Amino acid sequence: MRDLLLAYQSLIAFVGINGLLALSVYATLSCGQLSLANAGFMAVGAYAAALLTVKAQAPFIVVLAASALAPAIIAVPLGLPVLRLRGVFLAIATIGFGEVVRLFFVNWDYTNGALGLVAIPQRTALWTIFLALALALFVLARIRGSRFGYALEAIREDETAARTMGIDTTGHKLAMFVLGAALAGLAGGLEAHFTFMVAPGGYGFGRVVEMLVQAVVGGTAAFFGPVLGAAFLTALPEVLREVGARLGFAPGPFRLFLNGAILLLVVLFLPNGLVSLAGLRRRKK
Amino acid sequence: MGQQALNGVFVGSIYALFAVGYTLVFGVLDILNLAHAAVFMLAAFSALALVADAHLPLWMALPLAVLAAGLIGLLLERLAFRPLRGRADSNISGLISSLAMATVFEAIALQLFGPDVSRFPLGTFPDRLIRVGTASASLLQLCIIGISVLLMALLTFLLARTRLGRRLRAVAESPRAARILGVNVDRTIAAAFFLSSALGGAAGVLFGLAFNSISPDVGRSVELKGLAVIILGGMGSIPGAVVAGFALGLIEVFTVARFGSSLRDAVSFAVLFVVLLARPRGLFGQAAVREA
Amino acid sequence: MTLALDGVERAFGGVRAVDGASFTLVKGEVHGLIGPNGAGKTTLLNLISGLLQPTGGKIELDGRRIDRMAPHRIAALGIARTYQNIRLFSGISAADNVVVGQHLRRRAPLWRRLLVLPSARAEENAARERARAGLARVGLEARAGERAVNLSYGEQRRVEIARALASEPRVLLLDEPTAGMNRSEAAAVAQLVREVAREGRAVLLIEHNVRLVMELCDRITVLNFGKVIARGTPAEVGKDPAVIAAYLGEGA
Repeated sequence: MRDLLLAYQSLIAFVGINGLLALSVYATLSCGQLSLANAGFMAVGAYAAALLTVKAQAPFIVVLAASALAPAIIAVPLGLPVLRLRGVFLAIATIGFGEVVRLFFVNWDYTNGALGLVAIPQRTALWTIFLALALALFVLARIRGSRFGYALEAIREDETAARTMGIDTTGHKLAMFVLGAALAGLAGGLEAHFTFMVAPGGYGFGRVVEMLVQAVVGGTAAFFGPVLGAAFLTALPEVLREVGARLGFAPGPFRLFLNGAILLLVVLFLPNGLVSLAGLRRRKK
Repeated sequence: MGQQALNGVFVGSIYALFAVGYTLVFGVLDILNLAHAAVFMLAAFSALALVADAHLPLWMALPLAVLAAGLIGLLLERLAFRPLRGRADSNISGLISSLAMATVFEAIALQLFGPDVSRFPLGTFPDRLIRVGTASASLLQLCIIGISVLLMALLTFLLARTRLGRRLRAVAESPRAARILGVNVDRTIAAAFFLSSALGGAAGVLFGLAFNSISPDVGRSVELKGLAVIILGGMGSIPGAVVAGFALGLIEVFTVARFGSSLRDAVSFAVLFVVLLARPRGLFGQAAVREA
Repeated sequence: MTLALDGVERAFGGVRAVDGASFTLVKGEVHGLIGPNGAGKTTLLNLISGLLQPTGGKIELDGRRIDRMAPHRIAALGIARTYQNIRLFSGISAADNVVVGQHLRRRAPLWRRLLVLPSARAEENAARERARAGLARVGLEARAGERAVNLSYGEQRRVEIARALASEPRVLLLDEPTAGMNRSEAAAVAQLVREVAREGRAVLLIEHNVRLVMELCDRITVLNFGKVIARGTPAEVGKDPAVIAAYLGEGA
């Protein structure tokens, strides 16, 4: 019985963590930028948090603050040049950044390179995760509908026109880039203290693709869409696990296959994500 | 020095072949096909399966695997790209849907072949060392260089001298104008995908033979290097991809010789960032990279 | 208020889209910019609004050079524009488009909204009210909630004008605002332009509707092949042989 509860606790925790990660990708998508840097930012946050706990025994609140701040600080000098690049070039530059971060940690002996740090005490409770998620949702909800939020939508729709309306597009994009970095870092810090470990392998290209899939499947039309996508795609493989096994699929490939297939179906047939299924539309004023 | 140069040319020839396919689709469709690396990987596995399980000789397995890759490319285009044509955000949604297909392909490979590294059976390729000036190369390496160069030359010829090549160039220039001129745009784009995936598949088979280590994530690192190559060469430029591919191979080999192998992958990203920040359109590219 | 162009040049490779254009625009004036297709009129607007940099010459607003400034800073100095190809934010409503246009005029710090202060809510309501009023001015109050993409061509042009006016600009650049409109719609726009000029704003108007331009404009500059070929009042320009030749070549 206890094992069952523990299994569900893990699932719920990951729904929350993935929700934060999906929101971090949404932060930049909301102003039309496809940034794939967030696995790298997550790694920075996770490692910063892990080091502070393991080497300095810092209080958890400090650890979490650092996990959000460290990537945020890095995001500024990275974002300034990179956000000027058009669509696919921005995507490529951010993919490159993510890989650079991963390679850095693979080669850093202080953190045991590819093996990473283990035996991190479990300081993350479910309520911590969901408090962070609630805060993130609150901030994003308040941004939507504000002067800042209107500017973001304008940038997403037509960046050139937005510029000639006096909107400092680079500044706005940078702000969301930094916010996304902070959210991803925070998720990294929370995850590290839940799974007891950090290792470079967990923060590769596959991870950021997963975040993107969840944000897109959930839908970026509403600020809570990505969380919906995260919940759906985190829970679905668990729910279908029996089905997969019966069909002869190994669990790893099955989960990957579901991710890919659902993403394809969504992009083709439901481009505004699950959020549009529920008939929800953006508030009209 | 000569040895390093030879190694650089060898590695570079595979990068160039892979990148040429990548950049071909971008040139024609203005979309980055992130499933290219998955096709690369599936082709390598196909060749492996044909040789190890179906016991076909290599000279048969190779073209069959390349053909299979081309067909997968057609499937990819039909399933993940064509339905998105005409949508306003088709570059981004195309990118995302190609990611979806890549994920599906990787899942299939994982299911069929498992996550571990597979190798070609011993004796697949004769093991012979050949002297080239002051350096020595295996017969395999020389053959790979030869095949890569041949395939790239064939593509160049096709683009410059055949009707299909003219159509491809027209669509790359402007699909709308091409359609008005009577070009069957849909079929031309499908052809571009077939060619691109066939070349990527060829690169995969050659890579598999060269390093004899095939796994479902083998495409990952090459994909990222491929990105560095097409950025350096200029998105959409075939000669750019060729030159940049060889250049990256050489840069990589010389960096490793000087600074050790841990920096090998970092080199591609260093190149990538430097190019994107200093001269985003690369060596031969023309696409508008910055915003207005 | 004076907007002055002095020998402005813009070359693309070997082609001079704008070749030594000079003219001034003063407060309260409706200034027409006409010429055959491809004469460089839209390029000139792009140069003024900062989307392009001139390859020669200079552009000054009240004596201050603006030709190397970023577009959003030029907008902040009081220059607003519409586009030949209509660049509305198509996924959002007409009212929301106009609210975005108010960006420079709103004082709405984000922290107030994050703390859910009533002052934030009050400011937003005021912004929405102003947007509605702006749409009413162009006769589109009834369509305020409609998504921009669902509006007719003429309605979209009018929303774009309302959006440009929302920033209370000193200079309004209009790129073919009556294209695709019927007679009465175009007349309404002309009336609006007169009012806007009377408010003390300067309007630079690109138009192909020559009759409208002649009736509406205080002064006209005529471009052909990127060069200014004539300048002056509608009466003077209408008689200028160079202008007639340029248009006859087009088959006006």
